Amino acid sequence: MADIHFTSHLRNLVPDGPLSAAGATVGEALVNLLAAQPHVRGYVLDDRGCLRKHVCIFADGERLAHDGALARRIGPDSKLYVMQALSGG
Amino acid sequence: MSDHLLIATRKGLFALERKRSDWTSTLVGFPGVAVTNVLRTDGVIYAALKHGHFGAKLHRSDDAGTTWCELAAPAFPADAADAPSLFQIWTMETGGRTHPDRLWIGAIPAGLFRSDDRGESWQLVSSLWNVPERKRWFGGGYDAAGIHSISPDPRDDDRVFLAISCGGVWESRDAGNTWQVLGKGLFAPYVPPEQAEDSAIQDPHRVVRCASAPDVMWMQHHAGIYRSADAGAHWTRLSPPTDDFGFAVAAHPRLAQTAWFVPAIKDEIRMPRDGALCVTRTDDGGQSWEIMRHGLPQRDAYDLIYRHGLDIDEAGERLAMGSTTGALWTSEDGGRSWALLNAHLPPIYAVRFV
Repeated sequence: MADIHFTSHLRNLVPDGPLSAAGATVGEALVNLLAAQPHVRGYVLDDRGCLRKHVCIFADGERLAHDGALARRIGPDSKLYVMQALSGG
Repeated sequence: MSDHLLIATRKGLFALERKRSDWTSTLVGFPGVAVTNVLRTDGVIYAALKHGHFGAKLHRSDDAGTTWCELAAPAFPADAADAPSLFQIWTMETGGRTHPDRLWIGAIPAGLFRSDDRGESWQLVSSLWNVPERKRWFGGGYDAAGIHSISPDPRDDDRVFLAISCGGVWESRDAGNTWQVLGKGLFAPYVPPEQAEDSAIQDPHRVVRCASAPDVMWMQHHAGIYRSADAGAHWTRLSPPTDDFGFAVAAHPRLAQTAWFVPAIKDEIRMPRDGALCVTRTDDGGQSWEIMRHGLPQRDAYDLIYRHGLDIDEAGERLAMGSTTGALWTSEDGGRSWALLNAHLPPIYAVRFV
């Protein structure tokens, strides 16, 4: 089960602290987690199931390139961070 | 006369209320979040949000903005042709008197969505999405084309008119099952000359209609301003003695010859001429014009009024106007003089009397 942390910008939607989900890839773990948190899904994935353009994933300390991020293979002890681009004024 | 306004801005939703002669404003929701439009009907407020990172959302309040709940936002079904992701909810309108549970949403990309359960669920109107002309639509100001004006005919709520930037004006006479492109007389100088009269590539920035004479419509087009007397089938270009570029237009709810526009220098500039903001008004169907400046900034003003940034109340007695610079004005005398309510709001997307 990978630990999954969310950006503070989504704290009003998901609890503080790690959630966990099973999956062989980032995408599988996210989909499994978001199945239990359906109100969050549309904030991370768009209506086509793609990672939103300005959401980025860190897996085990590495900032994943947007393209291919969901296909990245992870292990049972992986730690994921769902973050976002920084906004200007 | 309406004493209540909702203001959708780049950084939240504001409500203004007039008591005696003073307006008070309250940030009623979504601080820091772009509110792309707002609708109030039967005591319910719908707010369309655009999170920079997390997509377009729809929220509803049943208690005047004290509490909000998120509704499922419209989405393009996976089997829709080209199935894009929803970028923005651009406009929301009611279904009319005979359909109290119906709502319409116009989006970017240019999907029309219909709800028959007061926003609980939404369906893409695939008949419009699948018109062959959609291949010729394109974005103006945004990457994709979008629907910004939706107007059911008050005599027949199933006869629905809408306008697309850049995709022309369209009508359905059967609640959205079939569509016809309208717009004879419109002219687009931004395409090769042989395509300039193509109805399906016109860029109507905003279209409004006279509530008591619904065949009368007014259009601020990307290139010029127009009036139609036959519900959008044919349009006549008008010749105000000012810039005829702009985005906003308001139609008097009873006087079919009266409308307001807010001129700006044309497309590559999009600012008031000489830094002096004015509003124009015609009372004779566009034959003559009044240029009104009293109470509006006349130097160093770079305010632009977006499509939904000008409104008139149902009684036709009060106007409100909000700018990209975050200034908000009202007028009690048909636009001849304006009072500044706030010069420091976030950039204003939509102003609505409620």
